[in-house]
Amino acid sequence: MIGIVDYGCGNLFSLKSSFARLGAATVVSGDARELGKCDRIVLPGVGAFADAVQKLIACGLDKAVVRMSKHIPLLGICLGMQLLFEKSFEYGEHAGLGLLEGSVVTLKDRVDKGYKIPQMGWNALAIVRKNRLLARVKDGDHMYFVHSYHAVDCRDSVTAVVDYGGDVTAAVERGNVFGTQFHPEKSGDSGLAVLKAFTEL
Amino acid sequence: MLAKRIIPCLDVKNGRVVKGVNFSGLKDVSDPVELADAYSRDGADELVFYDITASSDGRKIFADVLRRTAERVFIPLTVGGGINGLDDFGVVLDSGADKVSVNSGAIADRSLISRAAKKYGDQCVVLSVDVKRVNGEFTVFSHGGRINTGMNAVQWIKFGADNGAGEIVVNSMDTDGVKNGFDTELLKAVTAVVNVPVVASGGAGCIAHFIELFKSVNADAALGASVFHYGEVSFAELKRAMRENGIQARS
Repeated sequence: MIGIVDYGCGNLFSLKSSFARLGAATVVSGDARELGKCDRIVLPGVGAFADAVQKLIACGLDKAVVRMSKHIPLLGICLGMQLLFEKSFEYGEHAGLGLLEGSVVTLKDRVDKGYKIPQMGWNALAIVRKNRLLARVKDGDHMYFVHSYHAVDCRDSVTAVVDYGGDVTAAVERGNVFGTQFHPEKSGDSGLAVLKAFTEL
Repeated sequence: MLAKRIIPCLDVKNGRVVKGVNFSGLKDVSDPVELADAYSRDGADELVFYDITASSDGRKIFADVLRRTAERVFIPLTVGGGINGLDDFGVVLDSGADKVSVNSGAIADRSLISRAAKKYGDQCVVLSVDVKRVNGEFTVFSHGGRINTGMNAVQWIKFGADNGAGEIVVNSMDTDGVKNGFDTELLKAVTAVVNVPVVASGGAGCIAHFIELFKSVNADAALGASVFHYGEVSFAELKRAMRENGIQARS
């Protein structure tokens, strides 16, 4: 059973539907005990970093997610991936879950080079090292991105980047902790292949 | 590099796809769920559903169409039509939409864009604008192109982007339905003043029109309806032609 963490951040309908398409059972829950029965956890997220952290803490899920990640695979998606890092500089400085080394900063420096913010659309993955989450996708496969901030100083965990006026962290992985900046549930067959690999870990 | 997005637009009325030519003469094309699924498999990068249903029963049918689409189709889905308040955003987002397109609703209530962006995030607020030249000036029309608001389109679009619209759809009423190419003059004026993604709409009739658009304007995406509905252009052929012309396209 895959537990999709429901803490009031993001649209979970497509994520749930994607796993259903793959024949994988999910439970959408904001209850730590219920999520504790799952063998995989997905941390979604849309919106602002600080707001998401506060909501996670308010639901008592921050510690639960960290604890579960010691034993079972955890996949953070979009803002959910950013939450895995030590801190974010989105509107101030805010602590994340600290599961991965690195921080989250604005993409605004790319504007000077003529790039629009948010990065919205399909970008081609450049896989930088062999990894498990992207086992079923190819270098150059397009994934769907919508974001204005990105993870940096995460050399330990980055597995794929995309080019948007310079490298942008697209996927991360270390031990049980996995993350995608892109939305696999919105990336067509390539995205489903990522979720499929997650169900096979 | 980001791929230039190709987006088919489905006008939905009472649960069926229709397309107006110059906003009139509706013709039933197909079941929206089937069409969305077929377009996604053919290589559409995103989908837009416009709900042109007036009745509340029709609205319920539309929400059901959305949910059934989001269960089967795993590419971004934008919904527009009749979005007048924050509650309307909530309803379609809960039914599986990723982005919500506002048009007349944002004109009637100028705080709607910023309130929606604050509550749901910039990334899901799309400002859609119907534009027509009046005495040589780009002018905003509302209510499906029926009412001249007298507003300058470029200024209105800049206002929208400054207030939290994460994407702009520019529909040229002068080129819509004519199939003689996109309104590159209008689109250049818009892309010069905003720094969010711009979607070109109105005028696509053949592959060359898409190539001309992306070669001449810094647009991020192109929207088309009947050009796709009637099979005049296939996504695979269009993507191939884009790549041959050095334009990034998703394979």
